[in-house]
Amino acid sequence: MAGQTDMELIKDGVRLDGRKPDELREVKITAGVLDNADGSCYLEWGNNKVYAGVFGPMECHPRHKQKADRAIVQARYTMAPFSVDDRKRPGLDRRSSEISYIASQAFEKVVMVEEFPKASIRVDMQVVEAHAGTRCAAITAASVALADAGIPMRDMIPACASGKINDIVVLDLNKKEDNYGQADLPLAIIPSTGEVVLLQLDGHLSPEQFEEAMDLATSGCMDLYKIMRDALDKSYGGKK
Amino acid sequence: MSSDSVSNLMKGHMESLAAEGKRADGRSINEFRDVKIKTGMINTAEGSALVHLGKTKVLCGIKMLIGTPYGDSPKSGTMMTTTELAPLADQSFDPGPPREQSIELSRVVDRGIRESRMIDFEALCIEEGEKVWTVFIDLYILDNKGNLFDCCTLAAAAALSNAKIPNVQHGVADEDVDLPVTCWPISCTFGKLGDKVILDPTSDEEAVMSARLTVAHDENGNLRAAQKGMNGAFTDAEVREAVKTARKSDNVLREALKGI
Repeated sequence: MAGQTDMELIKDGVRLDGRKPDELREVKITAGVLDNADGSCYLEWGNNKVYAGVFGPMECHPRHKQKADRAIVQARYTMAPFSVDDRKRPGLDRRSSEISYIASQAFEKVVMVEEFPKASIRVDMQVVEAHAGTRCAAITAASVALADAGIPMRDMIPACASGKINDIVVLDLNKKEDNYGQADLPLAIIPSTGEVVLLQLDGHLSPEQFEEAMDLATSGCMDLYKIMRDALDKSYGGKK
Repeated sequence: MSSDSVSNLMKGHMESLAAEGKRADGRSINEFRDVKIKTGMINTAEGSALVHLGKTKVLCGIKMLIGTPYGDSPKSGTMMTTTELAPLADQSFDPGPPREQSIELSRVVDRGIRESRMIDFEALCIEEGEKVWTVFIDLYILDNKGNLFDCCTLAAAAALSNAKIPNVQHGVADEDVDLPVTCWPISCTFGKLGDKVILDPTSDEEAVMSARLTVAHDENGNLRAAQKGMNGAFTDAEVREAVKTARKSDNVLREALKGI
């Protein structure tokens, strides 16, 4: 968050890319795009492009990470070197490690880990083109990949951010809004219960704006949830 | 399905098929799988390509940055090739620093592109001895179903052929121009299965074959790069025959590349 800037990002309720404050960028989801992975998903969210692949449940390596009474979820988020304007050095950096860690914990809440003691479920998320909001895109794609893999889950977790630009709370920041906006709040929820499994915030929000941002991100997650279900329905729904 | 015990059970079957000139997937021994090439899908990259070779899928992105030339070639641009064996491509791929397998793959692809002089490096000079373009070829393996060598070389060639030099972004000139490409290197990879040599091995075949040979040709039929891999061996005659076969068989890949 660059904080307060003079850049006009929203005018008369219309954002630079023509969206309304509560409008998502276009999201397209395809389940089952990779052959080696047990489950997979390709997701386009605006210009963001993400692949997710799932392996498992399988024996957990290294052994010392095994849990006697449940499986662990090992999520990994990485960005391709060509996914951003300036070439990113390949490999895990601190940002990717943090996202991987909080995503793992979010998935452990919905995956029925107690069914698979000592096992590991690997969730790999590869961002190949990034234009703000990639962690939400990656977690959403990974949820669909987990379902595609047939891993027992209580629910999928859609993830969507809200934020603040020119003192107005809006849904799903794009690249420019992320760079020059005032706040960013990525949120992932369990739609069936309304529970929050991932929440981050950076920037500046008043208590009222926070309430508004939570409402907006939650409704964004619900919109996304429908797109996720439709994608699975298209792959597995059979004849209507 | 590529665990060692399965491999041993499959080995006899695959070898006896090959001995009759047949393959598990119905191909003949000198036939490539179907090729599909899509280019320009990554907007943040200077050039990009997604190549399907059968079920193997590789995404290549080209980035270009301004760097300094090597002391012994002050007028030449430079290039670097990296391959990322993305964990989602194969259960056996682990994250972390590149390992030998990935380094060998990058270097073989790099040699094919570099030694064929596919990129006109002299045209990448901005200021002699001071500033040249560095071309980063980043290969992302999305699905490993065998023969990453040929799929990666093809993806790199396709992505380079659709790359634009980002002159405007870096303030070098007023217009982005096509990356100058002079020729088309194509690599063909063979595997030794029993005492037969097969083209374009799948991952199931790779798990049971004893040796690998990759040869890259330019479009005039001249050899540009080669690499023998794995702990088996080829006879002298097999090597010579494979090089001849490569010259004949790489046409399908060339046609696919021309079609983009």
